[in-house]
Amino acid sequence: MRFMLLQNYGEVESGCAPMTEWSPGDIKAHIEFQQALNAELAELGELVDAQGLSGPEQAKFVVWDGAGAPVITDGPYPEAKELLAGYRLIDVETVERALEIAARASAAPGPDGVPIQQPIEVREVLSAPDPEM
Amino acid sequence: MTHPVGTTAAAEDLLRELAPQVLGAVVRRYGNFADAEDAVQEALIAAATTWPEDGRPDDPLAWLIRVAARRMANQFRSEDARRRREALAASWSVTVPEPVPARDDTLILMFMCCHPSLTPATAIPLTLRAVGGLTTREIAAAFLVPEATMAQRISRAKAKIKASGEPFALPPPGQRPERLRSVLHVLYLLFNEGYTSSSGPDLARTDLSGEAIRLTRSVQAAMPDDPEVTGLLAVMLLTDARRPARSGADGELIPLAEQDRTRWDQDLIGEGTRLITAALRRGQVGEYQVQAAIAALHDQAGSHASTDWARILTLYGQLEAMTGNPMVRLNRAVAAAMAQGPGAGLALLDGLGGQLGDHHRLHAVRGHLLEQAGDRQAAIAEFRAAAARTNNLREQQYLTTQAARLAAGPGPG
Repeated sequence: MRFMLLQNYGEVESGCAPMTEWSPGDIKAHIEFQQALNAELAELGELVDAQGLSGPEQAKFVVWDGAGAPVITDGPYPEAKELLAGYRLIDVETVERALEIAARASAAPGPDGVPIQQPIEVREVLSAPDPEM
Repeated sequence: MTHPVGTTAAAEDLLRELAPQVLGAVVRRYGNFADAEDAVQEALIAAATTWPEDGRPDDPLAWLIRVAARRMANQFRSEDARRRREALAASWSVTVPEPVPARDDTLILMFMCCHPSLTPATAIPLTLRAVGGLTTREIAAAFLVPEATMAQRISRAKAKIKASGEPFALPPPGQRPERLRSVLHVLYLLFNEGYTSSSGPDLARTDLSGEAIRLTRSVQAAMPDDPEVTGLLAVMLLTDARRPARSGADGELIPLAEQDRTRWDQDLIGEGTRLITAALRRGQVGEYQVQAAIAALHDQAGSHASTDWARILTLYGQLEAMTGNPMVRLNRAVAAAMAQGPGAGLALLDGLGGQLGDHHRLHAVRGHLLEQAGDRQAAIAEFRAAAARTNNLREQQYLTTQAARLAAGPGPG
């Protein structure tokens, strides 16, 4: 079963300051945590992909009516907190395992190593058709 | 002396045929299934690279065993102390071990790769590599995961087998029926995996259901007297026969009722029917034989309506009693609706929610039966509920379309 673990720019449950205000050591520890988690998932044969996305300032929005010129809006977007910050695509055997990994990701370290309690959206990727259909 | 290679496909087929024998020979000589399996994989890749240029060796099997054995030796050399090296060096000069019958190796390896300490999700890729002779890259592509991820999955599976202390031999007779069940289950899941993935650029290259059939054929050749093995092979052939009619031009699902039956593969139907008929004569009916019997009845019917639904209904009853699987009840309900009317089908669904919960398939079947019963509004609601709960894309599209069709107004209902 494949799951997307999504995280956006919204506030985290710990209420800690945005990462730009953290000490360099705390930022380093956070990044190392993410890399170590990815390495662990790869080692377990569960990681398909993990990507971070550029910030809301660089986001562009495109709308087209099928004729004329597409409307392209540059960031920053007023609802920046709803934007996706990054994702992990995992391939695991059970939904319980996906939730376990999401919990690990949620407890990524913030200032002074305190877990930031980031909400992780867990979404199953639609698979191929069922044989008995 | 070398031979011209012929087509690449023919060379690949040969390599994959030989893979279990090479692995069997190397394991028997050096022990250590996990390392031997890596060494054989490297030898197969080496053959695929060098044979097209240099020509195929006189004795491809001996060539592969030699190359794989050399890799094993090199690995020991880099890892171990001199004493070990010398002991091994002495053994290199020994001639290549006499291969045992290919079917024995295939069977031993199948039992090994489908070891009960593994989940099917890890047993499948290991089986494809060790018995099927596919490369990690091909397996990764077929399952749409990165090669490194698949490589880890396979090496973890091997580590588990190693930890289990399984000897390289057939399981003792007392354990064999149970262990065979694991093997058949893995092959069945592998077939379904291939049968269900109707998209992806690598489908033609690594045809998983074709591979499942090939592996099941080799198990059946080694155990021709086991009716369940034969039953499983028959299920696969009788199901695969419908593949050409099963999806439309854009990959959309075409349900059994609407398939163009002239596109079904009559050769596969003929072979599958012969196999299941012979297996059933042995009088030891098991679940794969029952499934094959059902598939055969579908394949022999001229149309959905003229199918022998009464017999299919009986067979699903038998299958449900054998497996206790609530999903079988769903199929039984569909058959009951066809044989006895939608009310009979709907009655069989009552109480199933307790076992299946809010499962999309329960909603989908209820939607179909309610439509047959003429309850359009209820059918729409069920199809929509099913579409919202399914975890597979083609089914979601199909169910959404069913709801939309009914909502659009009176149809052929």
